[in-house]
Amino acid sequence: MSFRPTASVENLELRSKKLAQLRSHFAEAGFVEVETPLISHDTVVGRHLHPVGVAIDGADLWLQTSPEFAMKRLVASGMNTIYQITRAVRAGENGKLHNSEFTILEWYKVGQSYEAAREFLSELAVSILGIAPAEQITYQNLFKQFIDLDPINDSELFITQRAGELGLHTPDAWESLDRDSKLDFLLADAIQPQLQSHAIIVYNYPASQAALAASNGETAERFELFIHGLEIANGYHELLDAQELRDRNRHINNQRVLDGNERLPEESRLLDAMDSGLPDCSGVALGVDRLVMIAAGAESIHDVIAFPLDRA
Amino acid sequence: MAVYKTNEFRKGLKVQIDGEPYLMFEMNFVKPGKGNAFYKCKLRNLMRGTVLDRTYKGGDSLEAADVEEVGVQYLYRQGDTFVFMENKTYEQYELSSEQVDDNWKYLKDGISCSMVLYNGNPITLTPPNHVELLVEYCEPGAKGDTATNVTKPVKVETGAEFICPAFIDMGNVIRIDTRSGDYIERVSVK
Repeated sequence: MSFRPTASVENLELRSKKLAQLRSHFAEAGFVEVETPLISHDTVVGRHLHPVGVAIDGADLWLQTSPEFAMKRLVASGMNTIYQITRAVRAGENGKLHNSEFTILEWYKVGQSYEAAREFLSELAVSILGIAPAEQITYQNLFKQFIDLDPINDSELFITQRAGELGLHTPDAWESLDRDSKLDFLLADAIQPQLQSHAIIVYNYPASQAALAASNGETAERFELFIHGLEIANGYHELLDAQELRDRNRHINNQRVLDGNERLPEESRLLDAMDSGLPDCSGVALGVDRLVMIAAGAESIHDVIAFPLDRA
Repeated sequence: MAVYKTNEFRKGLKVQIDGEPYLMFEMNFVKPGKGNAFYKCKLRNLMRGTVLDRTYKGGDSLEAADVEEVGVQYLYRQGDTFVFMENKTYEQYELSSEQVDDNWKYLKDGISCSMVLYNGNPITLTPPNHVELLVEYCEPGAKGDTATNVTKPVKVETGAEFICPAFIDMGNVIRIDTRSGDYIERVSVK
């Protein structure tokens, strides 16, 4: 067993440099750096998000899957332009591009519009990575352009068959997967590999993939940044309606049970904050390890993390 | 039967698909942000060597294959059947000539090999990388000719033929690389 890091010293030094650049970028943009707990009573309710529970002194708590809840509680308490660089933990996410424990950069800005939030993200990538501004494309047009499929309007049968036409190795029982899982697979297996030379912000995700973004029923004000086919950041023009979030949590928990996963707590201090009034804001979470991968030209996340899970 | 869930998938796992054992020799985890997790696997059939590309989604599972590698000693051949004995348990195992394949060429009495057992039954045999075999018959070698670029076939104690340098003679012991079937060197002269 090796005690040494999987990342080279050069990459660890580059990582330090990128962290410093990120901090000065946010300081110059007028953001206040905050710190919130890694261990929380609450957790994000996501269908494909598996939080790690921790038992401390007789209480069952959660390691945060992102600092979203705590940061929005600060926003609802009057802090209007905040960021932090912290750790998040997600069970079952390990591979060339994933490590269960990873470094997350997350920021919120009150009054920032959906468009301005995407622009800010693009400028951040330009400033830290020295790349050209990201092109912007809707989720619908991304699928149309790269695999000739309309993810919003095409029938489920068409989506099912399209994978076969594209010659993909689909998972077992492909036909019986739900629509969003099929779209997830097509995005990961057929579209992302075509984005190797792109910096691209995909926006207007289907409403069924809104997560914590505001939605008009058909599409959600959610966006993601991909660089060289690698998913780097996820942002929302934030959902403000507490009742809507309660409905989504219940729906997601029902799906989780059908998937064979545990129910997650539907009530949270975030809902209390939203009940009391969350101001209009945008928020983005960015994977710092992957950002460093791009900067280093690394193929694996293990090349930029000193001690990944296997060696932690 | 033990089961591996997708979050336990990794390189080197031995699993069972449609009743046959496979080695997972490549595994790529892909997961779009908020989306479903997928596990793209390459699997080698341990009986036939064929390769499968399979994708699994988060929550799927595969049965573990009861696969074990043991050291065995070659005892004897009876018609189309080769008989081996496990070094530790003295248990005897039989392989058909089809399973032994080209490896019969190296099976001299008492030779140690490694054998893969699936559900307790032998499925593959691997001889040592190098084996020493006694030359039983060949055309006489030209005296003093030590050139290695002049070759001829020789027949060894197992009945197999190998291509060797012309200076090899009956009664010599030669070393063969079992992965390629190539002559390496002469070990001894009788």
